[in-house]
Formats: sequence, C-alpha cells, structure tokens
Amino acid sequence: MNLKISALEFVQQVQNGNISAEDFVAKTLERIQSIDDKLHAFLFVNEKAIDQARDIDKKIKSGSKVGACFGMPISIKDNMCIKDSKTTCASKMLENFVAPYDATVITKLKEQDAVFVGKVNLDEFAMGLTTEFSAFGSSKNPWNTEYVPGGSSGGSAVSVSAFECVASLGSDTGGSVRNPASFCSVVGYKPTYGLISRYGLISYSNSIEQIGPLTRTVKDTAFMLNIISGLDPNDNTTIDNKNEDYLSGIDSGIEGKKIGIIQEMVGEGTDPTVLSATKDAISKLENLGATCEDVSLDMVKYSVAAYYTIAATEAGSNLARYDNLRYGYDFSVEGYEFNSYIAKARRNFGPEVKRRMIIGGFVPSAGHAGKYFLKAIKVKSKLTREINEAFKKFDLLIAPTVPILPFKIGEKINDPVSLFLIDINTVTANLTGKPSISVPFTISNGLPIGIQLLADSMNDKLLLQAAYALEQTITLQEVPI
Amino acid sequence: MTKIGLEIHCQLTNLKSKLFCSCKANYREFEINENICPICMGLPGSLPRLNQEAVKKATMIAMALNCTTPDKIAFFRKNYFYPDLPKNFQITQLNIYGKTSIGGTGSIIVGDKKIRITRIQLEEDPGRLIYEGSSSKNLITLVDYNRAGTPLVEIVTEPDFENPKQVRDFVNILSDLLENLEVSDPGLDGAMRSDANVSIEGGNKVEIKNIGSFHDLEKAVHFEITRQESLNSRDIQIIQETRHWDDKRKITVSSRSKEEDLDYRYFLEGDIPWIIIDPKTKENLKSNMPESISSKKERYVSKYNIPTQVATVLSSDKFYSDLFEESHTEVTAKEIANIITTDLMGLIDTREKRKESKITATHLKDLADSIQSGKISRNSAKNALYEIVKTGKNLSKVMSELDLGNVSDESELLGIIKAVIFEELKAVEEAKSNPQTINYLVGKVMQKTKGKADPKLTLDLLKKQLK
Repeated sequence: MNLKISALEFVQQVQNGNISAEDFVAKTLERIQSIDDKLHAFLFVNEKAIDQARDIDKKIKSGSKVGACFGMPISIKDNMCIKDSKTTCASKMLENFVAPYDATVITKLKEQDAVFVGKVNLDEFAMGLTTEFSAFGSSKNPWNTEYVPGGSSGGSAVSVSAFECVASLGSDTGGSVRNPASFCSVVGYKPTYGLISRYGLISYSNSIEQIGPLTRTVKDTAFMLNIISGLDPNDNTTIDNKNEDYLSGIDSGIEGKKIGIIQEMVGEGTDPTVLSATKDAISKLENLGATCEDVSLDMVKYSVAAYYTIAATEAGSNLARYDNLRYGYDFSVEGYEFNSYIAKARRNFGPEVKRRMIIGGFVPSAGHAGKYFLKAIKVKSKLTREINEAFKKFDLLIAPTVPILPFKIGEKINDPVSLFLIDINTVTANLTGKPSISVPFTISNGLPIGIQLLADSMNDKLLLQAAYALEQTITLQEVPI
Repeated sequence: MTKIGLEIHCQLTNLKSKLFCSCKANYREFEINENICPICMGLPGSLPRLNQEAVKKATMIAMALNCTTPDKIAFFRKNYFYPDLPKNFQITQLNIYGKTSIGGTGSIIVGDKKIRITRIQLEEDPGRLIYEGSSSKNLITLVDYNRAGTPLVEIVTEPDFENPKQVRDFVNILSDLLENLEVSDPGLDGAMRSDANVSIEGGNKVEIKNIGSFHDLEKAVHFEITRQESLNSRDIQIIQETRHWDDKRKITVSSRSKEEDLDYRYFLEGDIPWIIIDPKTKENLKSNMPESISSKKERYVSKYNIPTQVATVLSSDKFYSDLFEESHTEVTAKEIANIITTDLMGLIDTREKRKESKITATHLKDLADSIQSGKISRNSAKNALYEIVKTGKNLSKVMSELDLGNVSDESELLGIIKAVIFEELKAVEEAKSNPQTINYLVGKVMQKTKGKADPKLTLDLLKKQLK
C-alpha cells in the first residue's frame, strides 16, 4: 500500500473502495513504529486509532453517512486538547495533564471522521523554531536527521513530510507552522486571525496566534480549512466566513494579479540560495500572468522586537495559570506558604519558557511599559497600517518563508538572539492578522526551501489560489526516508 | 474634613450564568467545586465567552447611577498570583487607554448630598478561600472555585462621604436600586462587598479592604474614623496603609502585605474583542429598564394620593412595591399601601421571615376589598394578615376559621344593640339631644362584639332604635 498520497487522494481511494481506512491507518502506525525513533515527531501514539478506523470502515460499508475525512490519519500538535488524552505542550509542567474536553478543531475533525494517530512534538509551549526546546527532546528533519525540522510545529511538519500521517494541525504564533513547513518541504498555512477557533489551543500569545494545517499539497490545506474554519461560540475572536469553500475555484490561476515583493524580507541576512529560489518563484508567477513589483514595509525592521515583546507579555500572563494547584505534574501543595509554593511549583518550566516569561514580566511592567510594551503595540499598529496600504495596490505579497536554510541541531541553541531573528519574515503575518502560506519550492543540497505568500485579511481563498498556481509549476523530490 | 470613598463589588446574582462560561451565577446552591467547568477553572486551552446579558445589566446599572456609557468597551487582564484566581489573572476593566469601562462618571443624590461615581467596571469574581485549622502552624487553605467567574460590577465613588451615616444612606439607596433593577439580590451572603478609603482632616488616606457586607461597611468606616481621630488626638501620625476588616472582632487590622506595591501589568484581554454598544442598544436598554424608585414614589403620591412618607417606604423596597403593583386598583390603592406599610412590614421584618411568608397579591386584594365593603374590620384584618402570612390560606377560610367576619346579620346585631340600649339608658337619653353621643353607643356595641360589628350597619340600626 502506498502511504505517499495526499489527503484528497486518500479520500478518493477510500471512497472508491481501493483501500480501507483500517489498512491505511495500520500501515501508518507501522511506519511510525519503524521510523519515528529516528525522527521523534510523536510524543504519543493513539493506540485506538486502528479501532476507530475500523469503525469508520463499517460505516462506509453499511452505507451510512460518513464524514469528509473517511478515517484519514491526522497528527495533532501537542498544544491542542483532545478529550481524555494527555496534552503536555512538550512541557514538564503539564506532564500529567489529561484534557477533559475537545478543542473546537478536534470536535470538527471528529465529526468528519478523522482519526488522530497521535500527538506530535513542539518547542515547549510553542516557544521556539527548532523543537530543540521540547522538554522531551528535539525532532529531526526527515531530509537530513542532523538538521532541525523547524518549529515550533516541528513534529507536525516532520510527520507530514515523512508520511507518518496524511495531514497535521499546528499552531502559528510567529511562524510556527510556516517555518517548519518550509524546513521540511510541506505546505504550512497561517489563516486570517479569527478564521479558525482557538478554543482548546493552549495559549502562548493569544492575540496573534492561529491554528493552521500542515499538508502535502495546497489543495489538502484548502480541504482541511473547509472543515476546521468558521465562527465558534466558544471563541469570541472568530469571524464568520459564511462556510466558504476554499477548494472550489482553487485552480482559478493568478493572471492579472499584482504581487508585491517585500524588500525588507529579501535584503541583507537572506541566504543567497534562498534569495535565488525566491527570484525563481517570482519569475514563475510572472510566467503565469502575475505582475511582481517591489514594495517596502518599513516597520518590518522592528517587527521581531515588537513580536517578542508582545508575545512575551502575553505568555507571561497566559502561562501564569500553571501553578500546579489544579493540574500539572506530581508535586504536593501542602506545607508551603503560597508565594514560595508558586516559585517552587514553576521550576519545571524549561529555559526558553523561563526566558520569555521573565521578559514578559519586565516589558509591560509599570515604569517600563512605555519603553517596551506600548512601543511594540505601536509598531504592530503601524505595521498593520503599512500592510493595509500595500494591499490597496497589491493582491498578494511574496517573500521567502525563512531567510536561511535549515541548520544543524545544536548549532544555534545557545544564541537566542540569532534564533529570534530567523522569525523576521514570518512575524509580520501574525502581528497584522493577515493570512500567509509557505509553499515548498525547491531542495538545495538536500535541504528544503519554502516560499511565503501573504494576502489581505479574509482573502484566504485568493491566497490558496495563488499558492496552488505556484505549486503547479514545480516538481519536488521525495523525502529520503 | 473627613473624606470617605467607596469601592463596592456587587455580584449580578440574578443572571443565569457566570461572566465567561455557562456555569451558574448563583453558585450558592452547589456543593464545593461542583459549579465549575474548563473555562472558569482556567484549564489550558479554554477561552472566555462573554455573557452579553451581563454587559446589558451592568450598562443598566451605569445608567441608573447617571453614569456616562461609552460606545465601546474593552476588557483588561489584571495579573497577580493568588490561589483563588484560577488563571492567575483577573479579567476586569479600566480606563488607562481611553474610557472603555462599562460606566463613566455619574452621581446620585443621597439625602441632600451629591455622591459622585468615578466609574463602574464589569469583572469576574475570584473563587473563595476557606481557612481551616486552629493555629497559624496548622492553618490549611482550601479553595472553592464555585464562585470563580461570577459577574461582578465594581462601583467606585469619589471621596464624597463625610460620615458613616452618609455611607449607610448611600448603600441603602444603592441596594434598593440594584434590587429594583432586578440585577441583584443584595441580601445574599457575600453579594455586596466593599473597600473603603478613609481619611480625617490632615491625615493620610487609609484603605480598608474586604468588608463583607453593607452592614459591616458602616461599622468599619465608623471604627476607622474613631481610630484615626484617637491617633490624631495623641499626635500620632496616621500612616498611609491598607487595612483589613476583621469581621469577627469588628475592627480594622493593618495588612502586612504590600498590595499597593503590586504591579498588575494591565494589558488588553485579546480573547474578548471590543464590544460596541451602539446608541440604539442603549436606547433599548433604557426603555426596558424597570421603573425607578423615585418615579414609582411620585406616581404613588400623585395618582393615588398616598402620603409621601408611605410612598417613600413602599417604593424603595422591591418586594413590597411589587406586591402593591400586583394587588392594587385605583379604589384600593391607599388601603393596600396602608396594610403593607403599617402591618405587613412589621410582620415580616427579616429576610428569613420574608422568605417564609406565604402572602400573595391576591391576599392583599381580598383584604382591601373586604375592609372597604365592611366584611371585616381593620382590626380583624390585622389578625387575618398574621394568619395568612403564616399559612397562606385564603382570606375567607381564615375569616371563618378564626371567626373574624363582621357581625352583619341584622337580627343578631339588633339583639346586641337592644342589650346596649338597655344597659346605657342614660346615654340613650342624652343621645336624643346630643347626636355625638351615638358614637359612644357604637363603641359599646363594638366592645360587645370584640370589634366585629359592621360599623355602618350598627350605626343605621342604632339610629332607627333611638328614633
């Protein structure tokens, strides 16, 4: 059986009776069993996956109504709640946390008969871009296991890239879906802020993050988006997309579309290989009838600083609840005075989380907020004004997803600032709430390069059409694992 | 001059659900930690889901206190660690980035004094801490999260009060107002909690926290003023500090914790988008607001000619004014107002008695009708009311069981009258020349019937007999 098929192909083949969901899921689990030691994409594998797939097969056979996923094996980043399953955020703090409820995206996928094969790795609480900050060890890039897979949704990208599942859900706070998608050569999507419910996603920086699919093809992303997007009474920040069908008209092409090349994202600091891939992508888009022009977003130069200031502030607040009083890991409350208890209970946070929470305690504090947090908020709104201005002229914007190629595990872990700067091309979409996609574009010396497209808010459909057009111009190598 | 300012935390106890989830706002009926869900427990991944009804009710409170109401409101996070706070931040409101709190400046008149309102904010109540253990060594803190997330309105006043009596008058008016708006039952335990700022002439401001009831608020303020004056008279400096109200010892105690030094790192709550309250919504709210106490009072006086004092008492208490509204007609209004204010209020003068009382509007209506048609005397009506409150039986049943009906049988009454005439020959004689004396004879008949003789019939019959 061929596991190397897209989500849409999977649906078609199960529908046609060519394959059974049970066989496919069983084979997928076998593959996880045989290769995940090398990749460490998975934190937990769902032992009941085969039974669940069998039940769906029965439904298919009996002719009763079957959901759109037909037993498709999907992996979930371990910062989303699945009822009765461990949800650790790759943190020792939540080592024993079993979620008592389903995230909205999980409910929606369950309704459509998806099968969750397991929970996948991430940087602790999604803070990082390599998975090296996972409390349970780094994931490896399937293209070269000495390299980082990107992050924080590294486990998601690895599992999709290495055919350990058909699709995955990640979350993107500053590039956490698009960055690993680029590093592992899969499609990674960060929708318009509010398009997908965050209910059940464990917050890191709630005002800018979104859940997003990681898939093998752009069409698969549209397919996933059809299922998981839309208004949710449990998340007051969701927007009504009127049940938009993102698959229909996805092949509309991009003739006559205007694309802006973000100058601040192709300048100094961009790896020449990445730069030439970007230029190649631009000329391919022009060949399809789009016109590409330079555009400047001046505030991008402050965007990383603003991003880390805002994200740390919100993280400091969002993660404050992990005091181990109500859930968490084994640690007895008794015998402590409250403040000393808190200090002790929180020692299980990892180094990157501690770093960001300390920053998050400082930058919005009285006497410092004006210099840091409020400035960052200003940058955010100025950047939003700039990009809105750009979208008056352009339909889409383009830039490399990550300015550099994947790097070796351990190479940058002791240099947090240089790690922070890698986010320069991705944080703009988060700070401005715009949809953005990373499309796998080429492989250079065995390492993947992704191209990023952005569109205006609620123009997710147009963005997917453009990504699909770009995807059709390329043929990619197969992952060597 | 003594200056007192208040921060009053009022639970919106009449709402169905908590501020950000569907757990019950009325947490009091639950076993410990039974009224909770992932949202109010702040479980990982949960998000607040704003109770729109709470926004409406809080806006009504703002309107009733003559506060400005902004077109857009926002929520903020107040970050601090405390075991009763499941998220270790409280979702609240403030005005640091523009007027985004649910109520802006306003005022109400208390007696002849205007008390200014600084602002009104909508926020979530934390859980409840329960302390167990006898000494500080084996003290155990238990947390009950049933209360966590209960909608709370904080009303902040300017330091416009000069003495404890003004404070008491204000909170009386305020609790009547909240009850009348149907947003809250101020009598529920812990529904109204306050902090007070107190400073006397030339002294520093002292904040008293955690005053658990309006009753204690007046006491706490009184205690604090006395304490400060006593220090002052001995030339001891009054230090600026936070004190706690010790409700067992009924004194204020200095808090060692430096709460005023905490940095709450306020920032916008991103999980709740700005809420637009457009002029149309405001208009709707205003027109749907229950009639205010002052308007009720005015109506009682002008329409039914009820004395101002009676109207004031009747209108300010929602329980009684509701009974009045339901039972009265144009003809019986005054009678019912009297029954309520002179008799009923005395019979059920505590919260418990009121709760146990079986009286309904129908009872009052029947009573008033029967008095006016002479079926029962006012005196007997009082006895009937006592029985009704206790048993809830209908009036006719009570009257026959207790034999409270007027003696209106002509032959029976005539017998009694004849007996009186026989006994009071002198008065009868006098009555022929002095018509006033007839009242004396009526009184005698009443005495014989224990007040149950139909007065009108008695008079008629007496007159006939004396002719």
